[in-house]
Amino acid sequence: MPSLIKSRWLKPLVFLACLVPLALLVERGLHNGLGANPIERITHATGDWTMRFLLITLSVTPLRRILRQPDLIRFRRMLGLFAFFYGFLHLMTWLWLDKFFDPHEMWADLVKRRFITAGMTGFALMLPLAVTSTRGWIRRMGGRNWQRLHRLIYFSAAAGVVHYYWLVKSDIRLPVLYGAILAVLLLLRWANRRPVYNR
Amino acid sequence: MLVRIAPHIRSSEITPKRIYLNRRRFLASAAAGLWLARTPAHAEKLANLAKSPFSTSEKITPIEAATQYNNFYEFGTGKEDPARNATKFRTHPWKVKVEGHCNNPKTYDLDGLMKLAPIEERIYRHRCVEAWSMVVPWIGFSLAAVLKAADPTAKAKYVAFESFYDPSQMPQGRWAGIPFPYVEGLRMDEAMHPLALLCFGMYGETLPNQNGAPVRLVLPWKYGFKSIKSIVKIRFVEKEPPTTWNLANAHEYGFYSNVNPQVDHPRWSQASERRLGEFFKRKTLMYNGYGEQVASLYNGMDLRKYY
Repeated sequence: MPSLIKSRWLKPLVFLACLVPLALLVERGLHNGLGANPIERITHATGDWTMRFLLITLSVTPLRRILRQPDLIRFRRMLGLFAFFYGFLHLMTWLWLDKFFDPHEMWADLVKRRFITAGMTGFALMLPLAVTSTRGWIRRMGGRNWQRLHRLIYFSAAAGVVHYYWLVKSDIRLPVLYGAILAVLLLLRWANRRPVYNR
Repeated sequence: MLVRIAPHIRSSEITPKRIYLNRRRFLASAAAGLWLARTPAHAEKLANLAKSPFSTSEKITPIEAATQYNNFYEFGTGKEDPARNATKFRTHPWKVKVEGHCNNPKTYDLDGLMKLAPIEERIYRHRCVEAWSMVVPWIGFSLAAVLKAADPTAKAKYVAFESFYDPSQMPQGRWAGIPFPYVEGLRMDEAMHPLALLCFGMYGETLPNQNGAPVRLVLPWKYGFKSIKSIVKIRFVEKEPPTTWNLANAHEYGFYSNVNPQVDHPRWSQASERRLGEFFKRKTLMYNGYGEQVASLYNGMDLRKYY
């Protein structure tokens, strides 16, 4: 297993796998397969995958420990960037296909609809993480500061759950499931926090 | 001289233009088993339909959209769940009880109910509270025919409706997050309004299960959820009856729920809507464009308060 995880072929494979949800959407879109309301379908699919990639990214650290596979760290940045990528597509679907880039309508929605405020917050929190995801930025910031900044992903994922929960009309199963998974992932971190020493 | 009478063509036989233009793609996707095609197995044709002056001449939404994209939470909360989960829904035999403050309470079977008035086709705009809309050729007659036959007394100020609910046939219902059986209500004058349709069919045939077979309401000036499906009870009452979405979330769904672009849903705007099959959104019309007929019902009412 360690040799598989270290294999240089695995990373491009995972990269391609992460593109499958998008490929399926495009394929269905070209063949009239997105149902009666394609724009709603695209919005929901990209939103769902943003949430899923956030949770997958957050599961890398606990999985490294539980599976004793520290090399899994190789995939974390890529998975996080895919969360950002699907989040960007989700945002663009809303801006373009729902609001047609009308700044007045966008602003009205943003301040009036709390689920939009929450979603926007989640996306805004991912922005600095995507920007500082490079090796250069880690060096410039120093590992400690970089790590502190990247804890914003906890809040981004939480904002995503709240965004989804506030959006649904009555069937809360999926947002609650995402929230529960997020809670487990955060609890695992808390359980494994480094002991605090007296200075 | 040979005079030929133009054959009456049911709207279900007219291929929507979009599908006609895309016929190759349509065939390909139907063959691929995607969302198109699939007409309900036990749909029956409804013939000799009178035309209605209430019908719009707008482009009719393709039948595939109207029958594969539904809100019928008893069969699941996903838009495509009802079409998938309602295939075995038993709608025969069917009884509808008319009761409450009236001189002539009666339990009808479906055939008896359908004989109360001649059925006609009415092409209505249908606006969902979720800001999408469609144009559907419904079949039925004015609800008033049933109400008048019951001879309501002076105490009858409202009419309450109840849907069928059987958890064994509708196992997905327990996850819907709203209480069942689904109940709805109208003020007496709203219920008596000729636009209020007691509906038995659409697109030239009996209602598909997922669209509320065998009998439902269609209230084109109100948000779609007011148009209760699969009705088993009609009751004349004195006080405003409870309604399901209002019970679930009173802050977001009022008793009246008239289509109103000026009063937003707390979580989204109602100013515009997406007509299924169209790319750009269109402006939502007051009372969904039926203001000329129904606005007088609400004279003097504060529509922000009575949303």
